[in-house]
Amino acid sequence: MSRPRTLFEKIWRRHLVATEAEGLPATLYVDLHLVHEVTSPQAFTELAERGLPVRRPDLTLATMDHSTPTDPSIDTAKLRVLDPEGSAQLDRLLANCERHGIPLYAMGDERRGIVHVIGPELGATQPGMTVVCGDSHTSTHGAVGALAFGIGTSEVGHVLATQCLLQHRPKTYEVRIDGRLQEGVVAKDIILAVIARLGIGGGTGHVFEYTGEAIRALDMEGRMTVCNMSIEGGARAGLIAPDDVTFAYLEGRPMAPAGDAWEGAVDDWRSLPTDDGAAYDRTTTLDGSALEPMVTYGTNPGMAIPIAGAVPEDDAIEPEKRASFRKALDYMALEPGQQLQGKPIDVVFVGSCTNSRYSDLVAAANVLRGRKVADGLRVLIVPGSDAVKRQAERDGLAQVFVDAGAEWREAGCSMCLAMNGDQLAPGQYAVSTSNRNFEGRQGAGGRTFLASPLTAAASAITGRVTDVREVLS
Amino acid sequence: MSKSFTRFSGTMAPLPIQNVDTDQIIPASYLKVTDRSGLASGLFCRWRYRDGDPEGEPIADFVLNRAEHADARILLAGDNFGCGSSREHAPWALVGYGFRAVISTSFADIFRSNSLKNGLLVVPVTEEVSASLFDAVAADPAAEVTIDLEAQTLSLPAGGETNFEVDPFARRCLLDGTDQLGYLLNQASSIQAFEAAHPARLDTRSG
Repeated sequence: MSRPRTLFEKIWRRHLVATEAEGLPATLYVDLHLVHEVTSPQAFTELAERGLPVRRPDLTLATMDHSTPTDPSIDTAKLRVLDPEGSAQLDRLLANCERHGIPLYAMGDERRGIVHVIGPELGATQPGMTVVCGDSHTSTHGAVGALAFGIGTSEVGHVLATQCLLQHRPKTYEVRIDGRLQEGVVAKDIILAVIARLGIGGGTGHVFEYTGEAIRALDMEGRMTVCNMSIEGGARAGLIAPDDVTFAYLEGRPMAPAGDAWEGAVDDWRSLPTDDGAAYDRTTTLDGSALEPMVTYGTNPGMAIPIAGAVPEDDAIEPEKRASFRKALDYMALEPGQQLQGKPIDVVFVGSCTNSRYSDLVAAANVLRGRKVADGLRVLIVPGSDAVKRQAERDGLAQVFVDAGAEWREAGCSMCLAMNGDQLAPGQYAVSTSNRNFEGRQGAGGRTFLASPLTAAASAITGRVTDVREVLS
Repeated sequence: MSKSFTRFSGTMAPLPIQNVDTDQIIPASYLKVTDRSGLASGLFCRWRYRDGDPEGEPIADFVLNRAEHADARILLAGDNFGCGSSREHAPWALVGYGFRAVISTSFADIFRSNSLKNGLLVVPVTEEVSASLFDAVAADPAAEVTIDLEAQTLSLPAGGETNFEVDPFARRCLLDGTDQLGYLLNQASSIQAFEAAHPARLDTRSG
């Protein structure tokens, strides 16, 4: 009987081509490499300069998401005029994928979508795998029990050429959420509360494993929301042990194992969860039943408060951090002690790899059904993938949004990072379901309040930062 | 790819802000490039220029616009430098501008990894050392430090030195110019053996 191991340790050990030795990193095999247009061109150039092939195009999957337009009237031809640089980057991805035989979901392909939405949606990301992408929100795929993390472009080149990465073993950090969530409190609130507690550098050097009753009770898409923002807590990866919820989600998806292979895979996946008695390097526990809907007030995701709360006073901030705190409040044009609830906003954005899946749209639509968006407010609903979009159109969700006065857009990263023309104007306030409220992230001078799809939808109705429980009661 | 790095002396540009994210280092609007060049003008552009426009008016009190720090090739930053996005464009922009090293109490994991692959040395120091460096550069902008990668020491302006940690493999690569991709390619037989023993459960071409 081997000693008890964590989920992380089991996946790590399975993928060691070479173990860590004195002064040398481990060589870790990558089961799935996801690629998008922004962080890959220089890596392909490196391969071309060295005359190297892509080692495993069959374990590589590319999509276009970051700079694709979400305005349905903009096609590829129009984009060349509107955004020649972005368009050239998309063309480059197309050429690189053709040259190396990498499957690519280009504009117009009905499998296209945000890389972290389509991976699980297609059943490509599976328990026990190692998954990487030149994108920090790769942590999302940890929701299925895969070790998934973001890498830089040099490393994208390493994986393209060798299907391997040089890595030092990270430490493990159990983030336990006990209890049951209250009405109106959802996965996004859990992860914002975790980051507020640990700080945005709190997980540096670690892989989070989320455990506890509140995590077990989440559906797969909620688990993806939680794992997605692990990087905002400084952890490169976040994991949730696979269980029957995971298997039910994956079964029958296009790239998931099928037939006899399915049974064998599930048997194997059942061996992955952390063994009783296995030790984490660190552990923290939050009481899920005490959580409230959360909203950020500052310029990083750790600057979050319960929605009924107030921006901290200066004296609640450690003296050496006060200058940065004040800088954030200056940018947001907020005062210490100020309430956020009731603050007028200009834009609501429902989308991003954090909250653009079908269940996120259902949550928003349930609040918006039969109601109207506040006068003068711009509301963008951006599905995470073309498949999510089609399903929402089939099931009438899209019509709910349109009837309410929201914009129903094409799939993509959109206003989360504002590379594609969807952006805030200077000074505007947005309630956004995305993952980063950094200065200028959603457009130069734009100010972001991160929140759940429920909070975003409630705020869309009132035109102010709003507690969804007041709208629904 | 990366320049060899042994010993380097210079002045510091102080940026006493915590949690500087890579969106500040280089905004997303600069990520449409398909090569590594041309990013220096976008470095910190939203703090550096009015309306973030490198063609526009420089913001006089931002550290990179102050004459006394114009020649600084070492960035002295607050905690958790480089958090957020994995964009390697961040170290490309810092190196493009001319920075050789960043000193901070802590760095985000991906930024640290990306920087060391591009010849940008990240030098972690204690809070006391960090505070003393900010004090030193406030008192005298010409205060110099020496970073010795071979010895893993940082010589302080007031005299004395402190040791710093750096990943031994990255250090070796920086010192002798070892190419990390080449190192991986040399493991081809081990990779092949691994693949033979671990058949893939997935074919992305089947979707």
